[in-house]
Amino acid sequence: MKYIPATPAEREHMLRVTGVRAVDDLFADIPREVRLRGPLDLPPAMSDPELLAHARRLAGRNTDCDQLACFLGAGAYDHFIPSTVPHLALKPEFLTAYTPYQAEIMQGELQAIFEYQSLMCELTAMDVANASMYDGASATGEAASMAADLTKRPRILVSTAVHPEYRQVLRTFTSHLRLTVEDLPAPAGITDPAAAERAMADDVAALIIQSPNFFGCLEHGEALARVAHDRGALLVVAIAEPISLGLVRAPGEYGADIVTGEGQALGNALNFGGPYLGMIATRDAFVRRLPGRLVGRTVDTEGRPGYVLTLQTREQHIRRARATSNICTNESLNALVAAVYLSTLGRAGVQHVAELNARKAHYARGRIAALRGYQLAFAAPTFNEFVVRCPLPPEEINRRLLEHRILGGLPLGRFYPELADCWLVCVTETRTRDEIDRLVGYLETLG
Amino acid sequence: MSAPVRPPRPAAPPLARRPVPVIFERGAPGRVGYSLPQSDVPDVPLDAIIPAAQRRLRPAALPEVSELDVVRHYTALSHRNYSIDEGFYPLGSCTMKYNPKINEDVARQPGIARLHPYQPEELAQGALQLLWELEHDLAEISGMDRVTFQPAAGAHGEMTALLMIRRYFEDRGERRTTVVVPDSAHGTNPASAAIAGFQVIEVKSDRRGNIDLEALRAVLTPEVAALMLTNPNTLGLFEEQIREVARAVHNVGAQLYLDGANFNAILGITRPGDQGFDVMHFNLHKTFTTPHGGGGPGAGAVGVRAHLVPYLPVPTIERDGQRFVLDYDRPKSIGKVRAFYGNFGNLVRAYTYIRSMGAAGLREAAEMAVLNANYMLRRLRDHYDLPYDRVCKHEFVLSGRRQRDRHHVTTKDMAKRLLDYGFHSPTIYFPLIVEEAIMIEPTETESLQTLDAFIDAMTAIAQEAETNPEIVRSAPHETPVTRLDDVTAARKPILRWRP
Repeated sequence: MKYIPATPAEREHMLRVTGVRAVDDLFADIPREVRLRGPLDLPPAMSDPELLAHARRLAGRNTDCDQLACFLGAGAYDHFIPSTVPHLALKPEFLTAYTPYQAEIMQGELQAIFEYQSLMCELTAMDVANASMYDGASATGEAASMAADLTKRPRILVSTAVHPEYRQVLRTFTSHLRLTVEDLPAPAGITDPAAAERAMADDVAALIIQSPNFFGCLEHGEALARVAHDRGALLVVAIAEPISLGLVRAPGEYGADIVTGEGQALGNALNFGGPYLGMIATRDAFVRRLPGRLVGRTVDTEGRPGYVLTLQTREQHIRRARATSNICTNESLNALVAAVYLSTLGRAGVQHVAELNARKAHYARGRIAALRGYQLAFAAPTFNEFVVRCPLPPEEINRRLLEHRILGGLPLGRFYPELADCWLVCVTETRTRDEIDRLVGYLETLG
Repeated sequence: MSAPVRPPRPAAPPLARRPVPVIFERGAPGRVGYSLPQSDVPDVPLDAIIPAAQRRLRPAALPEVSELDVVRHYTALSHRNYSIDEGFYPLGSCTMKYNPKINEDVARQPGIARLHPYQPEELAQGALQLLWELEHDLAEISGMDRVTFQPAAGAHGEMTALLMIRRYFEDRGERRTTVVVPDSAHGTNPASAAIAGFQVIEVKSDRRGNIDLEALRAVLTPEVAALMLTNPNTLGLFEEQIREVARAVHNVGAQLYLDGANFNAILGITRPGDQGFDVMHFNLHKTFTTPHGGGGPGAGAVGVRAHLVPYLPVPTIERDGQRFVLDYDRPKSIGKVRAFYGNFGNLVRAYTYIRSMGAAGLREAAEMAVLNANYMLRRLRDHYDLPYDRVCKHEFVLSGRRQRDRHHVTTKDMAKRLLDYGFHSPTIYFPLIVEEAIMIEPTETESLQTLDAFIDAMTAIAQEAETNPEIVRSAPHETPVTRLDDVTAARKPILRWRP
């Protein structure tokens, strides 16, 4: 077995030194009644060539986004990944490292995460960001308990235009606590500030919105921040598509108190839903209530600059039952991917890619809305996704498009029964005009 | 055979000493490192797409660097990083075993990495089949009935399991408010219990390092929802009275939870389900070789016995003839603990590993992990205090109190000195019940030569503590930086670069 280097002679030597006759003697403390009597019932072991062939067969039963023109988003985005990302972020020195508890030999990881935190702050226009969370949904759940703790208030208002899976996770995270989560309607595709104001009260801890929201629409961030702040509540903004921040108003620019998000779009592969990258950022005043790891800059005994995990008294390994969160293992490698991605694109590239998304989606949106039987569900400005009402069930449209190797948008009925005829279409920079025109052409023949 | 013993000399890992400026300080205004096409759609003023009032006020101050600047930067950082591919990580409770390269090749195929989570099930049959098979493998290995892959890490799995337990009792009309943990538990156990809304009661360990059965019985009331136990525990010792513990817990109607961090010791030897556990989490990034990535991503599957199956997060993966489907129609489910289905890329790696190993290979891994640990224990016991003198499982805990009391050299000092000898340090000051704890886990993937070299370094450091304590107290000396000022870092936090 190539992963177990001990030879029979070495085993004998080790048993002799250990002072036991057989390996079995080392398991004598396990009660006989609970020991397995035979081998586990598992498929036979495979050699490497057999295993690779088997894995290729399994992969071959999937159809991936290299084989399709993908117009599907809804929280997971098909963006171009520069070659620097796999070649640098997935280097074995980063890939096979443990959490950087021994700072003196982990300066590379620590500095990379410090830079990731800085990049997140720049992107969101917030003061401080942590080293990562599991994903956008769970980060949003954590933000709710953070807000409840900071304000000592029991109610959370969440827009129904927040990703439905984020809201499900939010409920799972809070259902057993003394926290109530109430939905705010978004009938026009965006959260209505007047409705938010009516629901707002002095016992509300946070108003949670997403922008661009699940329907692709941009929220009125400033107005919603005012609604929250007027009653002493916090504004939590979830960002499911961080590429948007190359172009649209950043949450820190309109008064967000906590920003959460999904960083998958920043260079991470689609990976059938994970591993992804949970983001969380906040204002300086709230840093000691942040969940998860933080890297800080300091100096060594010789005065040389260096980086360490810091403010650890918030964390479970020190504070145990009184920690701000139970998170330990996070998504560091995905954070590193995001850092390499953002460094490679840089100041100009992030604006460029955001503009490409917005322009192509705008073009597709206009072309589809002009088709007979199709109309835009919402009028609000959108980034790279938009909702159209369809003359056929969107599931049916998707089936027909697949015959032309087009992966259509998300039928919204599964999350919003009242939007059963609606289709959430995503157009990133990876779609060409030709692909958009082909999509429009096929829709025309279906109609 | 072990090499003839030569006193080792410090030989730090070959890490670059040259400091690396932050990426923001590289490059020059106007420099770019990306290549993207120009827009191919008709030009429209941006204002017509997104009104100025909803656009960014100020561009994000991101780096302005060339591709080669980026390459040099992250390459330089990688040279200042220790990793398994570089050397030995004897980190107790972390199971830092080798991460097979074939796992990476399998996980990075486009047919795996380029799948959208919402693409139709018909287009993802290979992925769903893999998950379905992995669930069955883990159920067989653990003696559980079903497994969810949604949790992203061990602590996330703990929370998921505790929410399921909570829902299970609510369903039975029982209100149970308390979770019991031993004093040797991982910090995540009480933290997860608190986050799941439970009070935490701690129970002491007995003199053999087991949970104290009498103390446990004394706190087991109908208020208790669960006992969270790690087995082998964080002292590296198998809970010898596990059957009595299970009986006591079940007698008050509570659930027995296994923290599976130490599962590597018992693969193919004993199954948690057969020991009486009702629910457990797996750390696929420990036992099943998915790389730790510098702190994550992990993958924290949760296995349950039949009575907890209705409460699993949605979706589950079901087989319908030759077809695999996602099942969301589970009315008693706790819901979701993250979006989509879990850290799929890591699940693929764990699956690949299990297929490489087979049943005999997994058992051999456990046997060698345990033999390696006992061999090291035998060779180190004369040089350090051994608080619990028993056959250990995959890890063992020494104490540095002799060195502290006699030579004023702490466990932290010795851990730092190990860095000079080219090794990552063991887990230290954990479990909390051992003073000056040094927790060593070799794993099965390290060779006898590596174990011997580490033993020699530990022996040399014990010697240095007597003859030259100052060199240990001021360690490390050979690393890219010396000890860092944690106090100032926490008092005046600098958590980001500022222009």
